[in-house]
Amino acid sequence: MRVNLEINGEQHTADDVWPGESLLYVLRERLGLPGAKNACEQGECGSCTVYLDGTPVCACLVAAGQAEGRSVRTVEGLGGEDRLDPVQDAFVRTGAVQCGFCTPGLVIAAHDLVHRNPHASDAEIREALAGNLCRCTGYEKILDAVRLAASTVAGERA
Amino acid sequence: MSRTDTRTESLTSTGTGGVGESPLRPDGTLKVRGEFAYSSDLWHEDMLWGATLRSPHPYARIRSIDVGPALTVPGVHVVLTHEDVPGENRYGLEHADQPVLAVDVVRYQGEPVAIVAADDPETARRAAARVRVDYEVLEPVTDAEAALADGAPVLHPDHPGGNLVRQVRIRFGDPAPTAPVVVSGEYTVGMQDQAFLGPESGMAVPAEDGGIDLYVATQWLHADQRQVCLALGLAPDKVRLHLAGVGGAFGAREDLSMQVHASLLALRTGKPVKIVYGREESFFGHVHRHPAVLRYEHGATRDGELVYVQAEIILDGGAYASTTAAVTGNAATLGAGPYRVPNVHIDCTGVYTNNPPCGAMRGFGAVQACFAYESQMDKLAEALGISPVEVRVRNALEQGSVMPTGQVVDSAAPVAELLERVRDRPLPPERGGPLDLRELPGGVSNTTHGEGVVRGVGYGVGVKNVGFSEGFDDYSTARVRLEVTAGEPVASVHTAAAEVGQGLVTLQAQIARTELGVARVVILPADTSVGSAGSTSASRQSYVTGGAVRAACEAVREAVLARVPGAAGLAGAAVVSASGEVLADLVEVLGEDVVERTVEWRHRPTEALDPATGRAFAHVQYAFAAHRAVVDVDTELGLVRVVELACAQDVGRAMNPDAVVGQIQGGSVQGLGLAVMEEIQVVDGVVRNASFTDYLIPTVLDTPPMPVEVLEYADPHAPYGLRGVGEPPTLSSTPAIVAAIRAATGRALTRAPVRPEHIVDG
Repeated sequence: MRVNLEINGEQHTADDVWPGESLLYVLRERLGLPGAKNACEQGECGSCTVYLDGTPVCACLVAAGQAEGRSVRTVEGLGGEDRLDPVQDAFVRTGAVQCGFCTPGLVIAAHDLVHRNPHASDAEIREALAGNLCRCTGYEKILDAVRLAASTVAGERA
Repeated sequence: MSRTDTRTESLTSTGTGGVGESPLRPDGTLKVRGEFAYSSDLWHEDMLWGATLRSPHPYARIRSIDVGPALTVPGVHVVLTHEDVPGENRYGLEHADQPVLAVDVVRYQGEPVAIVAADDPETARRAAARVRVDYEVLEPVTDAEAALADGAPVLHPDHPGGNLVRQVRIRFGDPAPTAPVVVSGEYTVGMQDQAFLGPESGMAVPAEDGGIDLYVATQWLHADQRQVCLALGLAPDKVRLHLAGVGGAFGAREDLSMQVHASLLALRTGKPVKIVYGREESFFGHVHRHPAVLRYEHGATRDGELVYVQAEIILDGGAYASTTAAVTGNAATLGAGPYRVPNVHIDCTGVYTNNPPCGAMRGFGAVQACFAYESQMDKLAEALGISPVEVRVRNALEQGSVMPTGQVVDSAAPVAELLERVRDRPLPPERGGPLDLRELPGGVSNTTHGEGVVRGVGYGVGVKNVGFSEGFDDYSTARVRLEVTAGEPVASVHTAAAEVGQGLVTLQAQIARTELGVARVVILPADTSVGSAGSTSASRQSYVTGGAVRAACEAVREAVLARVPGAAGLAGAAVVSASGEVLADLVEVLGEDVVERTVEWRHRPTEALDPATGRAFAHVQYAFAAHRAVVDVDTELGLVRVVELACAQDVGRAMNPDAVVGQIQGGSVQGLGLAVMEEIQVVDGVVRNASFTDYLIPTVLDTPPMPVEVLEYADPHAPYGLRGVGEPPTLSSTPAIVAAIRAATGRALTRAPVRPEHIVDG
């Protein structure tokens, strides 16, 4: 089948899509956007988190056909050509990136949180990131990154 | 549209940030933008996808394999079996005992039997499922001690010693000591998975010279190359390995997974072949932490001084040896812990069974021993009526102490100070105030409002060796080049060392900046066109590859300084005198020249263990960490919430303080996982939970605040005085948490991980 969708502001078409394919597969293998990662294929790890019509989802759990006519935003679409989004920048600055395989998904999850609630408490940050596994960092520096990004976003709004 | 391909990129580190500072990762921007090319992101025009058919049985004879039905699937290019392996159909890190593809027997569930190349991954998987294998199912050997009993099936008939992989004996001091206070116990450690997030993957690209370029996520390019060459029957210059982006390792990438399979398919089809494991396959695609049974007896004086330690340790190595022999050596030589013990008697045994193969995982034998000896120290404290910290401090190893191998600890061993530092931290506040479910065991599952919840505090301390031990020729190679590019002096560093997330690329740039006084450092992609760097394991790369990079920088520096009379060093892109006076601009001194040096660097040699007593200078360095765990336990439901996990660790020199803290926190959480969550459930040799739905690793909600204190007592034998960092925090975290649960519940808890029923039912 053919799937038409908007990704990071551009229209894309994928042909010969098998009905069993996930949005993640279409992004990674058909449209050349490998930023979202495949680490569990069961919606447990969050490494494939993308925005679907503005809501973070695990792209591995979205059938490709469900994305027809919808808008997807991936980690590749957060920053500008030479500019990092404040969330991306905070992850680099705080040491929240080690192997980085979880990072694209966590960046999206954190981006969603700090824009919904730039004054989130630690408990709220933990709750918002509970669907994203990281095996390297022990999460402490990821919390630092989200706090830093939240303060940047809050500052921009003030 | 951009597509990631097989190019491996150089990383450039600019600005300031030498040894002891925390400059940003040179790969950080790529990683947060989703542009870093992991091994699973590789792409090539015309590439095929590989898939692997694995045995569903833990032990079976193969009567026949029929690939015919798979070949009829449209889109399939080739289906290969053991008959298609052109070289040796055997590989292994220490013993070549594992077939690339099974021949007439399979020894564990998940053993590769056939491989397929097809146009897309789904076709490849479906075709692999159509290969017909006629198995004669055999009764598996699934108990490590039963495997050693007379009459047990011999799993590797050509291996001398039956199912025994290795036994290490430690004999130290009086062979028959007695003591007035004796405590004993039997402890069990479950099979833990490394659970890196980036699954096994890579791409093999056939080359015009009949060889292969293999892009892969690994921990040790040259060990892979050696094994791939043997299996393919090709010379090393025909098998060129390139490090693709690595999504975590923790030991699980030390052994081969898809390397030979992808190469075979690529050579046969003449096309690039990519293999990417899914999560379920990943559980079968790498070795795990050895499950262990550990029987300990500690004897002490009435005032709490250790008189002896006796231990019997059984490690289940599973179907193939992998690194079982070295893990056995570690568990034995470190089996008495970071304590002064005058009399030690340890038998440590690694065994073949039909369980999943076990090998390297962060902590490597020291983790299992630490859980047992620390549980014993708590038992001893209770028997003596003194505090857990006090009994440890009274016996704490220190510089000059003698290990049970007879080796004198010849650098700092601040075991007592580490314990005192975590003990003396303020405790986290008691629960109180308004009800917040998120602060209770069970969380928003709303299983308690505080009734039945008891707080406990526990301690642990451990000792880990750094680097490869027991006489292994442990070295690394670095090529460093200094030249002027765009009017600026630029250093480039080329090694084969695997960056797996820990930050070695950052560290290499820091060392070059410190030694060569330049701002801009280029880290070239790791590959086999430069000599081996050894494995990214054993907490060794900062020490060994760090040492090699420093030595190569020194050689480059000497060559540059020889050009300027009175020169003593390089700083601020200038040649300076001993007093720091600028003698010449480095750009002018270099001119058009390229100064390049390649250095192979070794740490001081270690010795093989005496087979009768274990005596040896076995380890090049010891590293220590201590934890204090605070837990809340719902004693009615057996649910645990770790409230705080404080760590103190001596790192000799904090080469990159931010990265050091990141390693300590990450390692501590892997220990937390082993304490209360993580175990591969193996029933009759069959894995029951090969998914992230069923094998649980800690989420951010399972993970507490982790204050870290970093001590820096330089080791005079090591580059910059540094001490390996990655593994020690994984050792002591587990026993500290289990001790805290014991303190809260009064249960004996002799098994890690602790399950709810152990807490509720005892």
